[in-house]
Amino acid sequence: MTGAAAAGAGARRVAILGGGPAGLAAAQAALAAGAEVTLLDEGGRLGGQYWRHHEQLTDRRLQHGWARFERLKGVLDRAEVHTGASVWSAEASDGVVRLRAVVGPADATSRTALEIEADAVVVATGAHDLALPVPGWTLPGVTTAGAAQALAKRDGVTVGRRTVVSGAGPFLLPVAQSLAIAGSEVVGVHEASRIGGLAAGWLPRPWQLAGKAGELVEYVGALARHRIPYRIGSGVVRVLGTDRVEGVVIAALDADWRPVPGSEREVACDSVALGHGFTPRLEVAIALGAAIEGDRRGRFVVVDDTQRTSVSGVYAAGEITGIGGADAALAEGAVAGFMAAGGSLDDDRMRGPLAVRRRMGAFAARLERAHGIRPGWTSWLADDTVICRCENVTRRTIADRADAPLRAMKLATRAGLGACQGRTCGRAVEAIVAEAGGSPEGFDRRPVLAPVRLGEVAALGRGSTVVDTEPARCDDAGTTVAAVDVQ
Amino acid sequence: MIRITVDAEPLEGRDGQTIAGVLIGAGRTAWRSAQTGDRGVFCGIGVCHDCLVTVNGVEGVRACQREAVDGDRVEREVRA
Repeated sequence: MTGAAAAGAGARRVAILGGGPAGLAAAQAALAAGAEVTLLDEGGRLGGQYWRHHEQLTDRRLQHGWARFERLKGVLDRAEVHTGASVWSAEASDGVVRLRAVVGPADATSRTALEIEADAVVVATGAHDLALPVPGWTLPGVTTAGAAQALAKRDGVTVGRRTVVSGAGPFLLPVAQSLAIAGSEVVGVHEASRIGGLAAGWLPRPWQLAGKAGELVEYVGALARHRIPYRIGSGVVRVLGTDRVEGVVIAALDADWRPVPGSEREVACDSVALGHGFTPRLEVAIALGAAIEGDRRGRFVVVDDTQRTSVSGVYAAGEITGIGGADAALAEGAVAGFMAAGGSLDDDRMRGPLAVRRRMGAFAARLERAHGIRPGWTSWLADDTVICRCENVTRRTIADRADAPLRAMKLATRAGLGACQGRTCGRAVEAIVAEAGGSPEGFDRRPVLAPVRLGEVAALGRGSTVVDTEPARCDDAGTTVAAVDVQ
Repeated sequence: MIRITVDAEPLEGRDGQTIAGVLIGAGRTAWRSAQTGDRGVFCGIGVCHDCLVTVNGVEGVRACQREAVDGDRVEREVRA
């Protein structure tokens, strides 16, 4: 049965972009509110990064909250679902949302064109890893922590046999567990934050971790079982090797993440997983005209207490509204989907999601306080360290042009103009420009939504529109009951 | 089991693996030549474009995103 037939004539049409926790929860809630739902995800399978999987290749020990995923997926037979869908144009005007996508194998030449018109859209495009540059980080064997996780979960492989995990935040723990289960020795997990920061972040109100606490306890147990050392206030400050990773230099880091002189030591390994945080995938939200707010510590989509953005009919949920993890994404997704479908926050079915959203919002704030990137990290860079991996632009080249307007700096150095469009280096370039006295704001105004071949676009015969916006204010609210699925 | 070729060399992978998964499973960590050295998987989720390969004559395919199909002809790419 199609979504239209199930929902009946006159139902609100809700499009959902992203099939991770936020998008799936949005779909479930929008269906519960009687909407006709179309869900698009660029991956080959639903689940997003959190539930990344393959039916035969994924070790079930690496999945968390799998029953919830199956439940969410189970209601999608009442929706229209397109996986392998790359959205290349998104517009919202006069109360109508128009999306254009191509559907098919990743980067294939002849994918199927898809056009969707909806009354509302929930943008739930998630986040990708933020790995800060380190001298030597372009060597084969260095990946993001998310890549290590994705390869272990999705493909059942590890890049090396001896891996050092380095960065910041609780995500390093499941990554280490996945590496160990998938077959790599994990030499150590190096957390840049120090005990003071961790205590300030996690310890004062551990009950606010709620569902998260059990998961974290499980990861800590896995570290112990696999005899993986977890070292706080330290990190990889250089990767060693000529043609591939042969080792790393680990240093103690001070409270600002500046390496402590004399603390360096070499550790042999053949692979490194770096993860210093997450970068929201804002491209579609920006194209739709949604206001973005924040600073160099993170820029996110502004939403009100209904998860609506600054644009009528455009809702946002999950990591693009603030890095809060899967539980927050599920709650925000449920609210966004329900409201996009014309529901009310006073509905009983919203009590659970609103309570979780409030609790996890506090958790996200403490995560940032405890693990947020500190400015001293740039002192582990060398002048010739490649910052922009696509265009091989060094720190010195960027710093030398820091006084130019951002656009001129990018054109002169090509930093951020390569295939990834600054997604990988943006935060690092901003930090280097700022440190050199320049003004880096706005690096994320990216025009490219998804990599689509020019031939495909030409065949479709239309161009995409990008709307630039000014930041607006953000508001938040919530109540206090347990989480439930919105049925 | 699936079989693909990488620059004419046969490699075996498991059904459902991505091209990157097959390459890494076969012990390869780099397969694209960039100006500052060889590259392989970096982000693993389709964002960074470090892992690009040519598949069945089509350039610029993200190895971490494309599921390998039995008989795929994969070629290394050389670009700055």
